[in-house]
Amino acid sequence: MEDKQNYWSENLRLIFICLVIWFVVSFGCGVLFVEPLNEIRLGGYKLGFWFAQQGSIYTFVALIFWYGKKMNDLDKKYNVEDA
Amino acid sequence: MDELKLYTWIAVGGTFGLYFFLAWWARAGSTSEFYAAGGGITPLQNGMAIGADWMSAASFISMAGLIAFLGYGGSVFLMGWTGGYVLLAMCLAPYMRKHGKFTVPEFIGDRFYSRTARIVAVVCLIIASVTYIIGQMKGVGVAFSRFLEVEYEMGLYIGMFVVFVYATLGGMKGITYTQIAQYVVLITAYTIPAIFISLQLTGNPIPQLGLGSTLADGSGVYLLDKIDQVVTELGFKEYTTSSLGDVEMFAYTLSLMIGTAGLPHVIMRFFTVPSVKAARQSAGYALVFIALLYTVAPAVGAMARFNLMNTIEPAAGQNLEYAERPQWFKDWEKTGLLQFEDKNGDGKIQYTADATTNEMVKVDRDIMVLANPSIANLPNWVIALVAAGGLAAALSTAAGLLLAISSAVSHDLMKGVLMPDMSEKSELLASRIVMTISILGAGYLGLNPPGFAAGTVALAFGLAASSIFPVLMMGIFSKKMNSQAAIAGMCAGIGVTMLYVFQHKGIMFIPGTSFLGDMKPNWFFDISPNAFGSVGALVNFVVAFTVLKLTKPAPQEIQDLVTNFRTPHGEIAAAHDH
Repeated sequence: MEDKQNYWSENLRLIFICLVIWFVVSFGCGVLFVEPLNEIRLGGYKLGFWFAQQGSIYTFVALIFWYGKKMNDLDKKYNVEDA
Repeated sequence: MDELKLYTWIAVGGTFGLYFFLAWWARAGSTSEFYAAGGGITPLQNGMAIGADWMSAASFISMAGLIAFLGYGGSVFLMGWTGGYVLLAMCLAPYMRKHGKFTVPEFIGDRFYSRTARIVAVVCLIIASVTYIIGQMKGVGVAFSRFLEVEYEMGLYIGMFVVFVYATLGGMKGITYTQIAQYVVLITAYTIPAIFISLQLTGNPIPQLGLGSTLADGSGVYLLDKIDQVVTELGFKEYTTSSLGDVEMFAYTLSLMIGTAGLPHVIMRFFTVPSVKAARQSAGYALVFIALLYTVAPAVGAMARFNLMNTIEPAAGQNLEYAERPQWFKDWEKTGLLQFEDKNGDGKIQYTADATTNEMVKVDRDIMVLANPSIANLPNWVIALVAAGGLAAALSTAAGLLLAISSAVSHDLMKGVLMPDMSEKSELLASRIVMTISILGAGYLGLNPPGFAAGTVALAFGLAASSIFPVLMMGIFSKKMNSQAAIAGMCAGIGVTMLYVFQHKGIMFIPGTSFLGDMKPNWFFDISPNAFGSVGALVNFVVAFTVLKLTKPAPQEIQDLVTNFRTPHGEIAAAHDH
């Protein structure tokens, strides 16, 4: 029971970290701070525009795989893997 | 028959033959196979199938066209329709897979130990899914009207018939294999023209890089800068900065993201993987396959806009003679989706931001992707391929949605609540009848869709965002959340959203029934009906937690159930009682 509690809080911590990044790259860089970021160029892209139309999507993919990997480790650590 | 028509028939006929063959080959036997394909699908396969299921006419046919005209503002679709997978992979899919039921309302019914909660979820699901199908019908209608050179309405009727035959033929098993085939067809059809056009314009074959490159004409000017210059000269807003407004951008993106995580036909996919680990992985693979299209789409949109502007006005002041308009222009005029009116009588085409002098009186956004390869003078076989891809996208999603609706009615409502002793055979029959009714209803509403395909689909996301997503989240993350709170939350969330959408767009989108015009001064905090799902979701959360404060928390056995599905290990006894 204790173990399940710890497993869950470690999971929640991971989710929190991921969602902060998720928020920053999309709502942050892509919407709220798009104007200052647009002052910076990435080739032909304005940086804020790039985040909104490219960068956020790449980050989402990386986040999901990173979370999946971390959770597999966590499942092993607490010995709660399913069959 | 000219060459293009011949190729189109071969591409569309050949791919359709393949889908029907696969659906027939793997046709469903028992009900458990019909809904969830028996659980034996790998994360990679499932990811691809989710990709096909997910990327509908809205993504394939409509989205890049909207981006072409919205510019930066179109980013809401790009972020919104991908970001939801992060929520799915972390907050919903693993736990719902662990719980192990066939449908979303079934999960809600179990978690909130309430038949009423299950029925309310079914109703929310049906409203969202039917709206979604209207968007698909618009896309199917556009594709068929162009391909068969008929009016949009006729294209829609033909599309309804094809969707009907297709969806009633196979269940999810058929659909899983066909959807893998459909994914391959649609991604090929989307990227090949994009690669050609990117090469033509910038010399870089990778569209994601081409969009950030300089033009191949030797001027050394960046493509995006050139587009900004061309559109602003004609009075349009600057492409790379034309925002919908901060509040609207924020609310719209959020609504699409949480709608993604609340749409039953996508969540259902995670019930078909063998383990919790596979559920997390499937979400990742799904997003990889989706991102392949979504990172190309902004290039398709920007380049289509550039080519369109350049065709009509190759150099400032040198407008195209209407009599010399290219073949694609004439073809789309036949569908009624592109219209020209020579307002100043000079025989030339003026395309400007000013409504009094603009002569391109109708440019339906939904034609851009399909017209794009012809505008860029690509070979005929590429144009044919795009037609096949667009139909694959629309068909696969329509079929997945129809399955979600029919299983909600026949499995959750009829077998689960009204007639528990219904035989498997009559359950299958009921689900097919429901599919038929849904197609007819959505087709009828598709004659006067509430917006472009992607906009209509966005409304569906708002409805899912405001009803299903919040209760799933609360059901998993708050052990104490009880049935009264969940039911009140769902009703309040979808109620507020529907009220707002219908007052601007008409009751159930029937023209002439809106009581406030769909225009900006009537919007609440500048939030459009398409983006209102995020407000609805907020209402849902607030109402639910308020009711929870006033009522008793969920009983102990339900709290134990939640503890149980939070960890991958161990069985849930009730999970396999079907």
